[in-house]
Amino acid sequence: MSKDTLFDKVWDLHKVSSLPGGSDQIFIGLHLIHEVTSPQAFGALKDKNLTVKFPSRTVATVDHIVPTDNQSRPFKDNLAEQMIETLEKNCLQHKIKFFNIGSGSQGIVHVVAPELGLTQPGMTIACGDSHTSTHGAFGSIAFGIGTSQVRDVLATQTIAMNKLKVRQIWCENQLSNGVYAKDLVLHIINKLGVKAGVGFAYEFAGPAINGLSMEERMTICNMSIEGGARCGYINPDEKTFSYMKNKLCSPKNEHWEKALTWWKSLKSDEDSIYDDVIKIDASKIEPTVTWGITPGQSIGINQQIPFLDELSPNDKLVAEEAYEYMSFKPGQSIKDIPVEVCFIGSCTNGRISDLRVAAKVLKDKKVSKNVKAFVVPGSEKVANEAKQEGLDQIFKDSGFQWREPGCSMCLAMNSDKLIGNQISASSSNRNFKGRQGSPRGRTLLMSPAMVAAAAINGKVSDVREFIN
Amino acid sequence: MKSEFTPPIGKISQINGQCISLVGNDIDTDRIIPARFLKCVNFDSLGESVFEDDRKTLKGQHPFDLEENKNATILIVNSNFGCGSSREHAPQALMRWGIRAIIGESFADIFYSNCIAIGVPCFTLPKNSIQDMQNHSFNKCLFLEIDMNNSSAKSKELNFDLEIKESARKMFLSGEWDATSALLENEKLIENKFHDLPYLKFNNQF
Repeated sequence: MSKDTLFDKVWDLHKVSSLPGGSDQIFIGLHLIHEVTSPQAFGALKDKNLTVKFPSRTVATVDHIVPTDNQSRPFKDNLAEQMIETLEKNCLQHKIKFFNIGSGSQGIVHVVAPELGLTQPGMTIACGDSHTSTHGAFGSIAFGIGTSQVRDVLATQTIAMNKLKVRQIWCENQLSNGVYAKDLVLHIINKLGVKAGVGFAYEFAGPAINGLSMEERMTICNMSIEGGARCGYINPDEKTFSYMKNKLCSPKNEHWEKALTWWKSLKSDEDSIYDDVIKIDASKIEPTVTWGITPGQSIGINQQIPFLDELSPNDKLVAEEAYEYMSFKPGQSIKDIPVEVCFIGSCTNGRISDLRVAAKVLKDKKVSKNVKAFVVPGSEKVANEAKQEGLDQIFKDSGFQWREPGCSMCLAMNSDKLIGNQISASSSNRNFKGRQGSPRGRTLLMSPAMVAAAAINGKVSDVREFIN
Repeated sequence: MKSEFTPPIGKISQINGQCISLVGNDIDTDRIIPARFLKCVNFDSLGESVFEDDRKTLKGQHPFDLEENKNATILIVNSNFGCGSSREHAPQALMRWGIRAIIGESFADIFYSNCIAIGVPCFTLPKNSIQDMQNHSFNKCLFLEIDMNNSSAKSKELNFDLEIKESARKMFLSGEWDATSALLENEKLIENKFHDLPYLKFNNQF
């Protein structure tokens, strides 16, 4: 059993009681809500005649269903309009702060909370969304919950949960040029498998992690869940604190000093005990692309789609399913596979640094005429910052469509969808069957820089040929 | 759709019913209920859309469309079932189709806790036992009696010792799987925690 890790410390700090069944009652320091997984929870509160216990500890935004072309109200899609109206009504009724479209702070919930300074070290953070693990980049313990648990957090600010085990993923050396956080996390998921993290929190550590910016760290923690881990985190350091300074909701003045002192005390002890430790050599990783229907089915850009006999017995069944669904053959190179749609955005890779990297690749280049390419900033703040830097113009000049912030084609709950069996190069997080809106649509996950390279060439390409 | 839906309620100690097998590892929640069906403000109509895209692809041959499975209540699956999104819509859709318990090699964490929260127990068994169950249910209808008291499942010919998290087993037996009331009981402790947490003292409140 783990001992003296950051996870243990934050868990113990937030433990309210041991419940009769054996699970723990955990206080949730920050609760984030959005339009998709909250309406039924508010409905359940009403049915049970309950109120929101601490409205100041819940914050809302709207992201999954928002259109990215025309955001004027009412939305063209009646169901989407009904969902945003329900959220507006619930927030108003229960006095919950809501960052709506046009507020200047709306966006994907996992982009918005860090950029507002809501996400802080040492907190427990829950949200009805599996990518809540993102916030672990700040040394918080953050995890996705279902709607019944959203109801419980609203009603009690606590949830019932079994304590997770802790696996440290030690990343040695540094990523090489043209290789990004997305490549590292795809590589980790491939090496460990998509279910290795079940029952675990992942602590990402080591020189390669220390070398990452806060936004890159968010990309890593974001995809913990694709490796099966509900929660992933990184011990806070000077980069964390400097990112947080002067954010809208960060502690100010004398509070800042107190916060800083407390945050600095928060990290896994040098002699802490882990349930498991895994080592990864970051310097050996190439730009990485998925070829199948799970985020674990990835290879380096210069590798070939694996044959069945190269895979472990447990991976064969889903590999066969993937060959058929993707219409790819074992032994085929991933490089040069034609792509029809290129998508840059999502809570994994829709932040300003992601847009900067992609824009650098696209500058003075043109998107292939066979490709539909669009970029969806992660938030209104990201969009505004990009405009100030002229990134929007670089995207538009290259042939990318510049859209309004939201989740968009990561999960295709708005009108941004693949058609038929189109292949997308996508900076998002899931390549599941049908994920991007067409039951036959095919998704290749990769870094934003790699999506930009694929857009220019109209096929999967090695971004290092553009930047070296 | 089948007869009118009634949600599980109170103590769950015995689940008897016909099995339906779904073969495949890493079946994610996007497949269980595609995202377009999440555009709703209640769960009521999700049952009919469960596995919508997989069912369309198989043109009537998907297990959830086969006539002999229409009264099944126990779902038999393989490993990492329910991975991906946290959408409770996935277990809600299965439950509203008629599923009352799931037996599998392994489950994704969030899916598992969502199932507990809505009163659908998930049990695990080793791979070979799951394959035995799946083979039996393909050849002819497999009826199982699941007893939560000793975590066992039996049919005329087969006996299985099921695994379930002890905390979940106790909650089903006591009827406290709907955690809200147990959590509310500690109101005083919750308020103490709210006042004690260091960061709530130095944070701006809305």
